[in-house]
Amino acid sequence: MFEFIERNSLLLGLCIFITITIGGMVEIIPSFTQNSRPIEGLKPYSTLEMAGRQIYIRESCNACHSQLIRPFKSETDRYGAYSLSGEYAYDRPFLWGSRRTGPDLHRIGNYRTTDWHEAHFINARNVSPGSVMPNFPWFFEDNVDFGTVHAEIITVKTIFGVPYDQGDNPKSGSLKEIKAMGLVEAAEIVKDMKTQAIKDALAKGEVKDIVAMIAYLNRMK
Amino acid sequence: MSQTASIPDYDYSVAKAFTISTLVWGAIGMSVGLTIALELVFPQLNADLPWLSFNRLRPLHTNSVIFGFTLAGVFATWYYVSQRVLKVRMVLPAVAKLHLILFNLIIILAAYTLLAGHTSSKEYHELPWWLDILVVIMWLTWGVHIFAMLGARKEKTLYVSIWYYVACFIAVSMLYLINGLAIPTWFVTQTGNWWHSVSMFAGTNDAQVQWWFGHNAVAFVLTVPIIAISYYFIPKQANQPVYSYRLSLWSFWGLMFVYLWAGPHHMMYSTIPSWVQTLGMVFSLVLIIPSWGSMVNLLLTMSGKWEQLKTDPIAKFLIIGSTFYGFATLEGPIQAIKSVNAIAHFTDWIVGHVHNGTLGWVSFTIIGAIYHMVPRMWKTKLYSERLAENQFWIQTLGIVFYFSSMWIAGITQGAMWRTTDQFGSLAYSFLDTVNVMVPYWALRAVGGSLFLTGFFMFFYNIHRTIRGAAAFQAQAGTKSALSSVTAT
Repeated sequence: MFEFIERNSLLLGLCIFITITIGGMVEIIPSFTQNSRPIEGLKPYSTLEMAGRQIYIRESCNACHSQLIRPFKSETDRYGAYSLSGEYAYDRPFLWGSRRTGPDLHRIGNYRTTDWHEAHFINARNVSPGSVMPNFPWFFEDNVDFGTVHAEIITVKTIFGVPYDQGDNPKSGSLKEIKAMGLVEAAEIVKDMKTQAIKDALAKGEVKDIVAMIAYLNRMK
Repeated sequence: MSQTASIPDYDYSVAKAFTISTLVWGAIGMSVGLTIALELVFPQLNADLPWLSFNRLRPLHTNSVIFGFTLAGVFATWYYVSQRVLKVRMVLPAVAKLHLILFNLIIILAAYTLLAGHTSSKEYHELPWWLDILVVIMWLTWGVHIFAMLGARKEKTLYVSIWYYVACFIAVSMLYLINGLAIPTWFVTQTGNWWHSVSMFAGTNDAQVQWWFGHNAVAFVLTVPIIAISYYFIPKQANQPVYSYRLSLWSFWGLMFVYLWAGPHHMMYSTIPSWVQTLGMVFSLVLIIPSWGSMVNLLLTMSGKWEQLKTDPIAKFLIIGSTFYGFATLEGPIQAIKSVNAIAHFTDWIVGHVHNGTLGWVSFTIIGAIYHMVPRMWKTKLYSERLAENQFWIQTLGIVFYFSSMWIAGITQGAMWRTTDQFGSLAYSFLDTVNVMVPYWALRAVGGSLFLTGFFMFFYNIHRTIRGAAAFQAQAGTKSALSSVTAT
């Protein structure tokens, strides 16, 4: 009965296109504006937190860890208050994950400390017997890439209007200023760390990836 | 014999090259899969090396099997099937060759960038922005070839398989372009890595766009073109027409409309609006109807020929493939029911479900199609039916190990996460629930090893078939071999 479609390839293509666009438009567009609003008091990522987030993405941490606490008692008991849409307003990309091979991390900053993370990244089994997480020794060797951090902060500020420099929000700035702010933040973290090489590196003006990673995880509250 | 004269001289050069790409990327992608399965059982296999760690290998596994293995199989069949059902020799051979070269180049570059940690983090869309652009160009070369073939066709009415190939092309174009929207940061500030980019969407919106893409990547890469393959190769192998034209028509348009609504089942109890979750669940359940329409239609194409399954390993692969399609498209909607999803989400049951589809449906169908195509393209005989038969049983056993272990693992962990003691406190630490997983992960790795062993048997069988082609033709006499092959 639709033979005419099966004999005209462009018409077939057009009919397919119209049929497949409907679902997405109905489900995504209506709530788009509401979903982009930040929750009150949400701060953009600071220099070092942004660096940590970039490392989190580089290592595909989201392959095994979620950042989405569902509204069940079993989840709020284990991880803390359930997640709200407005908390993700500055998350480009979102990092909800799809498989909890490891635990949720959305509020990890509430119940883990800098030195715990330090020991855990050296070897997860030091602090969590039976853990299957890989070790990340290269976090202790590689330096933070402030150039890419600077690029991302300026990009989200100018293109997406993320409110850096407003009120007591984190500051944006030149690459030099970004790096200077990163060093100040790093000093706060490193004073709680035990690895001497990290302290020595900071004294030379170098920030290792591990410091940024911990800054990011500590922010997750 | 009298038909031989009317059959055009097909050009299989590109189809052959894509067949070999399918074998190579399949072997690599599945080996990486087994590696990460073993890393969960023996974490020391991560070896403290970034490019050997689970976190970096996992996206390499998904990308190389979904886009390397599966798409190469889809393209191999396209360059074979399109000539035959459109009754025209392959047009634009230069475009087809460009398509082949770009495709393999992209997969090689993807492997490098993923291992180096250049990733967008979006599942099944991890490639950096500059590779996204190459992917779009590669995809368009395929589109040019599709519509050039359609324009040059001698058979006016488009066969069902062609509808599905066209749908794959159009839908993936739309999904990939929109989900890939990002701002490359280097162009804004001229600092930092040139490959880094920031997603166009944030938070909940980003999640909704991503799973609209992610769910439909499953639909239009792992389902729609595989149905195209089945609709050509099952009737060919059974040597009788598709069971019902009308059923193929309704299930096609049903699938086109419904699939795009089901994405929200990846975000149940998340921060997306509740009505979207409910709508996603309802449409996921409705999706059973067009999915089973295709499955029933494909299986009933064997009507009166069921005894062929006893003796013909190729029919086994194709028919069990479609049967797994039926399993997976029933299992998926069950997992999309909100209350079931509350337990299943974030567990290995989802991983098991995906592999029912990809090992049982996608791989078996592509393997069946390649077994059918290779002797015809190289004008020879299959090296060993017996080896194919053994491969079938080893791989089937592997899948059974895989999904049964993941089923138990997923439901066990989902249940343990929510178990409370008599005071209402959580009964298990997270680590308790990980320790319980280890035996199931070991069983899954056994299943994966069996499947991979079978895949290497397949690889060897095809290799020997191709290598034996010249000898076969010399022995049988080129003329008679040609007519016996083209007559089937």
